[in-house]
Amino acid sequence: MTPEELDQIGETERAEKSKYTQRVSVCVAAGCLSCQSQSVKDALDQEVAKRGKKDHYQVKGVGCMGLCAEGPLVSTSAGMLYKKVEAADGAAMLDSLDGPAVSRLVCRTDVPFFQRQKKIVLENSGVIDPERIEDYIAANGYGALIKVLTEMSPREVVDEVTNSGLRGRGGAGYPTGLKWSTVSKSVGTQKYVICNADEGDPGAFMDRSVLESDPHRVLEGMLIAGYAVGASEAYIYVRAEYPLAISRLRNAIRQAERVGLLGSNICGTGFSFRIDLRLGAGAFVCGEETALIASVEGKRGTPRPRPPYPAMEGLFGQPTLINNVETFANIAPIIRNGGAWYAQIGTEKSKGTKVFALAGRVENTGLVEVPMGISLREMVFEIGGGIPEGRKFKAVQTGGPSGGCLPTECLDMPVDYESLATAGSIMGSGGMIVMDERSCMVDVAKYFMDFCMTESCGKCIPCRVGTYQMHRILTAIGNMQATAQDLQLLAELCDLLKHTSLCGLGQSAPNPVVSTLKSFADEYKAHVEEHKCPAGVCGRKAAGETA
Amino acid sequence: MASYVAKPIPPNQDKRWKMVDATMRRQGQQARGLIETLHTVQEAFGYLDEQALRYVAMSLRVPLSRTYGVATFYHFFTLKPAGKHTCVVCMGTACYIKGAPQLLEAVQKDLGIAAGETTPDMQVSLVTARCLGSCGLAPAVVYDQEVAGKVGVPAIREHLKKWTHT
Repeated sequence: MTPEELDQIGETERAEKSKYTQRVSVCVAAGCLSCQSQSVKDALDQEVAKRGKKDHYQVKGVGCMGLCAEGPLVSTSAGMLYKKVEAADGAAMLDSLDGPAVSRLVCRTDVPFFQRQKKIVLENSGVIDPERIEDYIAANGYGALIKVLTEMSPREVVDEVTNSGLRGRGGAGYPTGLKWSTVSKSVGTQKYVICNADEGDPGAFMDRSVLESDPHRVLEGMLIAGYAVGASEAYIYVRAEYPLAISRLRNAIRQAERVGLLGSNICGTGFSFRIDLRLGAGAFVCGEETALIASVEGKRGTPRPRPPYPAMEGLFGQPTLINNVETFANIAPIIRNGGAWYAQIGTEKSKGTKVFALAGRVENTGLVEVPMGISLREMVFEIGGGIPEGRKFKAVQTGGPSGGCLPTECLDMPVDYESLATAGSIMGSGGMIVMDERSCMVDVAKYFMDFCMTESCGKCIPCRVGTYQMHRILTAIGNMQATAQDLQLLAELCDLLKHTSLCGLGQSAPNPVVSTLKSFADEYKAHVEEHKCPAGVCGRKAAGETA
Repeated sequence: MASYVAKPIPPNQDKRWKMVDATMRRQGQQARGLIETLHTVQEAFGYLDEQALRYVAMSLRVPLSRTYGVATFYHFFTLKPAGKHTCVVCMGTACYIKGAPQLLEAVQKDLGIAAGETTPDMQVSLVTARCLGSCGLAPAVVYDQEVAGKVGVPAIREHLKKWTHT
């Protein structure tokens, strides 16, 4: 594979595309697939064949279009987006290509949900066919890799990423350029790159969507990282719970190997790079980098104290670069357009865009990509379309079990790493769950504590025993059996876990409790003093669910 | 250099052991391939029984205790055979606040088993998931690999009836 050959593939693909006069794109990412979008696509294929229009109409499977709650989504080259399409609508859909739109299925795209987004990571999602490398190449795919290999030194690549101000999208927000620079300077016989696709936060599905909609983008990011830090082997650690993402990744790796973009002597530059998949097996703690490394090595996924950091001593004791899926997905555009371009998006300390999975009690649930610094109010009420059934907003939860619940007072806060941390939550990987008056905050805190308790690996005592005790107290509060002393003890335990746990799981496990104790103290008080649950959630099932 | 150890023989003539052997070969017969190998065993046999764990441990030269430790550490691995059908109720945050606990409660009551168990007639296994990532469709349930979204109590009851009465 030479740069010219790559251009050739793109040219051929574009020429192929221009043969068709019209195109219908059906979302085949997991959200829509589970609403039977495959049968919609099959019906469209049949209808096209029946009409003898195979040379004029292209029916294409594409990645996520964002508005998952209204699936299956179909977009047409006539510029329309249709929602809740069924197989029986195939004929109507084709008629609309050269005629009036199918008004009963139209999904309006002039609303804030679509207009307020800024797509960088998701620019290809819903546009290209995730199962064909040619389509990715036709959309300038692997162009950044070629640029890096032919025009830039590894040092320049690291500098470009540093200039972009990109920070780790896994949640902690560590500057990506700094991490790359550390790994590139580390000495080892063999360096590794690992892509963390163990998206364990409940309520988060950004990484999965990226992997299902645009897998080559992630591979390209990893290749560039490998070149920059001097690694030749890489692993993608992906959840076994994401079968579609796994099969698309396997397919993408095979295709990239076939055209010579993965393997030995890539593009004749002497750079070699291999990517292999490692399947997670359902352990939340494996999102922590040292635990993830243990798991890739075939061991129990328990973390170890840092330092040494993986950048110095990681996989098999060698320098290892670990980044999240979304971080890698940001790399190609940064190289293509320059770090300065990326740095002008977002806020002073949080650059670029962030993909959020908006879910819960909100009108528009789905995947959105917004510039950093947007306010929570805009997220929930404009993009999210507000709370359904005219109910009252109560809180928005970010960061999963390591994050916190932000009340109404925080709505005008900008979404960036620092502001969220100040308010007692974290950016996290991008799950954003909206809750209305029907959710009890004590119950939510108990839910997350149950999660952390079950997912604690058991290696360090503060986390193993602390989460159990905190869950016990929260259960007692929910059952209206707690005393004021219990609340005091709960607050003490929060402090203890935060400061003495070995890894991020234990250190951040108290966050949901701390944030709700701070913002919704009256709810705790009502449970403890008046023995009643303002939202009417607790007590209702106290009899059956005491454990 | 490790001294020569005879390659263990598969527990029985079952052809599926060939898949397991292939995975181990791909991983260079090394301990680092343990999790990948267990995935293959579970995919082929549905669960990890003692003879499988012993065979994998011997083949990869990993102590049986460590093999067992890994098999029990990860939620994805199961040491018990699953029922003919599997119903997964997602307990992710979005599903939780949209009524997944009520779904689970109803199913547990109907089937008379707790989450993680299988009905005595081996018809239905009930499992909870941490998050399926189908949060836009909350609450979500998986019936034998097929994801259903926005599931209500009547719908899940209806579906399970089909399984328990066949």
